[in-house]
Amino acid sequence: MLSKGLKRKREEEEEKEPLAVDAWWLDPGHASVAQAPPAVASSSLFDLSVLKLHHSLQQSEPDLRHLVLVVNTLRRIQASMAPAAALPPVPSPPAAPSVADNLLASSDAALSASMASLLEDLSHIEGLSQAPQPLADEGPPGRGIGGAAPSLGALDLLGPATGCLLDDGLEGLFEDIDTSMYDNELWASEGLKPGPEDGPGKEEAPELDEAELDYLMDVLVGTQALERPPGPGR
Amino acid sequence: GRVKEMNTYAWPTVFGGAGGESERTRADIISTVEFNYSGDLLATGDKGGRVVIFQREQENKSRPHSRGEYNVYSTFQSHEPEFDYLKSLEIEEKINKIRWLPQQNAAHFLLSTNDKTIKLWKISERDKRAEGYNLKDEDGRLRDPFRITALRVPILKPMDLMVEASPRRIFANAHTYHINSISVNSDHETYLSADDLRINLWHLEITDRSFNIVDIKPANMEELTEVITAAEFHPHQCNVFVYSSSKGTIRLCDMRSSALCDRHSKFFEEPEDPSSRSFFSEIISSISDVKFSHSGRYMMTRDYLSVKVWDLNMESRPVETHQVHEYLRSKLCSLYENDCIFDKFECCWNGSDSAIMTGSYNNFFRMFDRDTRRDVTLEASRESSKPRASLKPRKVCTGGKRKKDEISVDSLDFNKKILHTAWHPADNVIAVAATNNLYIFQDKIN
Repeated sequence: MLSKGLKRKREEEEEKEPLAVDAWWLDPGHASVAQAPPAVASSSLFDLSVLKLHHSLQQSEPDLRHLVLVVNTLRRIQASMAPAAALPPVPSPPAAPSVADNLLASSDAALSASMASLLEDLSHIEGLSQAPQPLADEGPPGRGIGGAAPSLGALDLLGPATGCLLDDGLEGLFEDIDTSMYDNELWASEGLKPGPEDGPGKEEAPELDEAELDYLMDVLVGTQALERPPGPGR
Repeated sequence: GRVKEMNTYAWPTVFGGAGGESERTRADIISTVEFNYSGDLLATGDKGGRVVIFQREQENKSRPHSRGEYNVYSTFQSHEPEFDYLKSLEIEEKINKIRWLPQQNAAHFLLSTNDKTIKLWKISERDKRAEGYNLKDEDGRLRDPFRITALRVPILKPMDLMVEASPRRIFANAHTYHINSISVNSDHETYLSADDLRINLWHLEITDRSFNIVDIKPANMEELTEVITAAEFHPHQCNVFVYSSSKGTIRLCDMRSSALCDRHSKFFEEPEDPSSRSFFSEIISSISDVKFSHSGRYMMTRDYLSVKVWDLNMESRPVETHQVHEYLRSKLCSLYENDCIFDKFECCWNGSDSAIMTGSYNNFFRMFDRDTRRDVTLEASRESSKPRASLKPRKVCTGGKRKKDEISVDSLDFNKKILHTAWHPADNVIAVAATNNLYIFQDKIN
């Protein structure tokens, strides 16, 4: 089947996780994370969240709940990071000892490499220098770091007006998985309320590439048999 | 007495892979468990799109020890993996939810759904067959009409019981996002299906259209901050339903007030406790399940660390909060790392609404008695389940010196999650799904 790697999203995500979680769990020597939440998140928690976001977006059909929760958590972390705190590619020594940092220290190199490449991609995206408009429901003030420092601006991934991990801006974050073509027009008839206007319909349907078309033609012509398990009631 | 109810679960029947952990296949992982209205049937759905139905044996005096055991009644393939060519996506066959319809005749009906498509299945028994047709032979071949010299009346003869499942309706193409809930209305004619952003109302007889009754998709998707996580119809008021969100809120809607229920009638949210605020507050407040009590007076919600009981007349806070595994609160960071913090646990009421049950990790599940305020932790595993012995209460050691038989938090197996549990609608019989094994426990006391 095509796109084999795209299904079973959660399991594959776990396999890709570079963090050695198993060792962590079984070692009773590790101190628990402090009960009181740190006033400022460690940059490694930020890195972890960005990594999760990246993984989530790489799925062809991301789990929307997972995505939204990670994005919201990332916004919180970002908001708590004081503007003065630099966010260099290599995380600075953690202020409060946290197990997350201990664990990530070993994979800093890998993370900083991926962060650096992400930043490099972002620097080519339009709109990075725009000052982000603060979201209405964001709590802590001082979030508007603006595009003053290019690296900070680049990391302000989730401001509404700035660029983001995807080429077509933050809108692409969710629009990629939204196919308005399935929406409402098909159901609009008397007695049904047509849904609200969908977002800007500038996303296009993903095109079938040649390999997929070949496969499709083979199936239709019958040279390629589809496997069918036994029917119901067996 | 009620205390006894919780401490004397025994008689486990276990269905599942015979092999150990290494032999389990992903397709066997149970993804939903549901008793029917009488409790005589128990349905499970799995990741491979299969539905297995168990039936309770009639207790009879000649076999007093059979105790109404459950045995396999029917197995069928409900959903197949599909490929959406337009979006270049594979649609999983995993059964997300099964809901039974109330029984109206000899046949049984249930709804089963994967991420995109809901199907109505009819399960019926056949224990007779007709013999002596005029126009065809016993093997089904048509007879030459000119050679028929006499007419006979076909007679019905008994045959071995055969249980057949056939799909009667397919409700497709109405959900852009992943379906998380289905709920049959008390009018027995309609049902709702909910995905991340929308809730649709269907008539059981009509498959080519549905009414959209809730839509929380923002006009601009980059403003999306909240998704629908579960939805359920009120058990008695056919115009009322609730839906929960990833932000820990529950909205109660009345379909009489408007066609599109974007405005809720009631809004339930517990104010955040500032002393326990963390970066993970929102994630752990995300509601993974919502269930009305049988009485219809209360509803119960499950978030990551607790189960809350709400009085429908009080929106400001729950009337009860039960901690499921509070010892995980200090581990949230690592649970975020390994994605366990996103696990979706379900919860259920017993028939009299006096007790509630939900799952945890390490194959533990928890029961709370609402009247006595007592709770117990039990384990569903082959090693700890001997046929006639009661389930032994388990305890997690949260700090200090670990007592004998206690388990330390760091020893818990987070791959052994009990996400799905079900309680018989009348009796003290419970079904617990532990990965690919189904455990059915009965109350020792008759």
